[in-house]
Amino acid sequence: MTPYDPSADVIEVIRSPGVGPVASAYRTFGETLRGLKTTFARIIEGPSTIQYPEEKTPVYPRFRGRHKLHRFEDTGLEKCVGCSLCAAACPADCIRVVAAENTPENRVSAGERYAAVYEINMSRCIFCGYCEVACPFDAITMGHDYELSDYTRSDLIFTKEMLLSEAIERTPLRQEGE
Amino acid sequence: MIHVVVANVNYYEAWWIQIVKALVIFLVAFAILPMLTVYERKLLGRFQGRYGPNRVGPFGLLQPMAEIVKFALKEPFRPTTSVGYLFRIAPAIAILTAVGALALVPFGDVQKIFGTPVGLYGIDVSIGPLYVFALAGISFYGIMLGGWASGSKYSFLGAMRGAAQLISYEVSQGLSLVGVIMTAQTLSLTGIVHAQEGMWYIVPQFVGFLVFMTASFAETNRAPFDLVEADAELVGGYFTEYGGTPFVAYLFAEYMNMFVVSGIAVTMFLGGWLLPFGIDPPGWVDPIVVLVKMMLFVTFFIWIRATLPRLRYDQLMSFGWKVLLPLATLNIVVTAIFVAT
Repeated sequence: MTPYDPSADVIEVIRSPGVGPVASAYRTFGETLRGLKTTFARIIEGPSTIQYPEEKTPVYPRFRGRHKLHRFEDTGLEKCVGCSLCAAACPADCIRVVAAENTPENRVSAGERYAAVYEINMSRCIFCGYCEVACPFDAITMGHDYELSDYTRSDLIFTKEMLLSEAIERTPLRQEGE
Repeated sequence: MIHVVVANVNYYEAWWIQIVKALVIFLVAFAILPMLTVYERKLLGRFQGRYGPNRVGPFGLLQPMAEIVKFALKEPFRPTTSVGYLFRIAPAIAILTAVGALALVPFGDVQKIFGTPVGLYGIDVSIGPLYVFALAGISFYGIMLGGWASGSKYSFLGAMRGAAQLISYEVSQGLSLVGVIMTAQTLSLTGIVHAQEGMWYIVPQFVGFLVFMTASFAETNRAPFDLVEADAELVGGYFTEYGGTPFVAYLFAEYMNMFVVSGIAVTMFLGGWLLPFGIDPPGWVDPIVVLVKMMLFVTFFIWIRATLPRLRYDQLMSFGWKVLLPLATLNIVVTAIFVAT
């Protein structure tokens, strides 16, 4: 075995021809000035930050936020008939429906049965909107609210009363052309 | 005539005036420094298309107060490998030298305040720029000792880089001022300002100005020469192991250095308290003129920081020795020819 020859490992590096004094002066000062112009243009442009708690990003009409349960506007009866199709469609398994029979004395929904318990666990919900698609009566739709944080997990289980009522703070809806 | 004193002071004042002046300059500077930190962060934000701090107080102006309280309440902490007394002294050296250099910046000419003539500067010595460079030379002990005494490899690397960088660029910085001194024929900073009454030295000494500014970025460890800190590779450089008030001392020393260098640049190249076009305001406006000009320089420092990426270490060295130093020397030679003829 031949002894190690370091010169065998030398790789010929081909460098580009050096630029002249004018070009290098341009690279130093011209490009620096161009960079300064770029950053100064950002000042003129102004910040693009949205100051979140005060300003909210408007959402598109088809944004999938917090769910809403609906009533009939004329009779005030709930649209939900407790069929549990939403719970069956839910991939995150976050909807729990317990149905009960409507009686003439206690009529809650338009159908035969109504949802005695309707809970959505918002900490599990993935906001896919399958429940909205599965519902045969358009009783559940996806709303626009996205501010759903809370301090305890149990507070994130939304009951039927919470889902039926309007959100306390409305999320701004994106206007045409915005 | 042989002077026995080391530095010849051009103008003598009563001792109590000296103390009052020192206090006023110190207090004004330390009132401006926290504002500088918030100003830099807000301006950097604007350069990057965001707001910067705007939550604490009106327009976020109380941000430095909140931060100082936070830092002051932190637990004093040092690594077991550190050298105790050097670790404590180093930030003090950094801030003392920075404040000491501030004494030289002239904020105005000699004014009569209640009939007493008072020079609106800390002290006017006949060795002006040399004093500044002497303090800048000592100030790197603050960085060097701080980094070394920390007993951490990141601090050590940062300090070593700092030492090499400061020594390299101090040469160019000093030589860039020689042209000004030759033209003005004086080393007194107020004398240099008076010599600029016809024309600011930024016009005849433009090359010197460029070299001085570039070297100043390196001297103050500011971007694009902030290899000393280089947060991406060295965590924080020489102050990696510092927290709480010693860290604030380093931070303030950095801003104070920026402030002082702006002051020197204003004095040397932008005519100090002089205004162009023959505008001659009353004497009390002078400090405001100087401060406004200094703020322009500080803004430029921040603008550069928002724009230029950090240099590689070999680029830094080759730029300092191969470009800046010959340029500064050439500037001296050309100026010497003009002054001699």
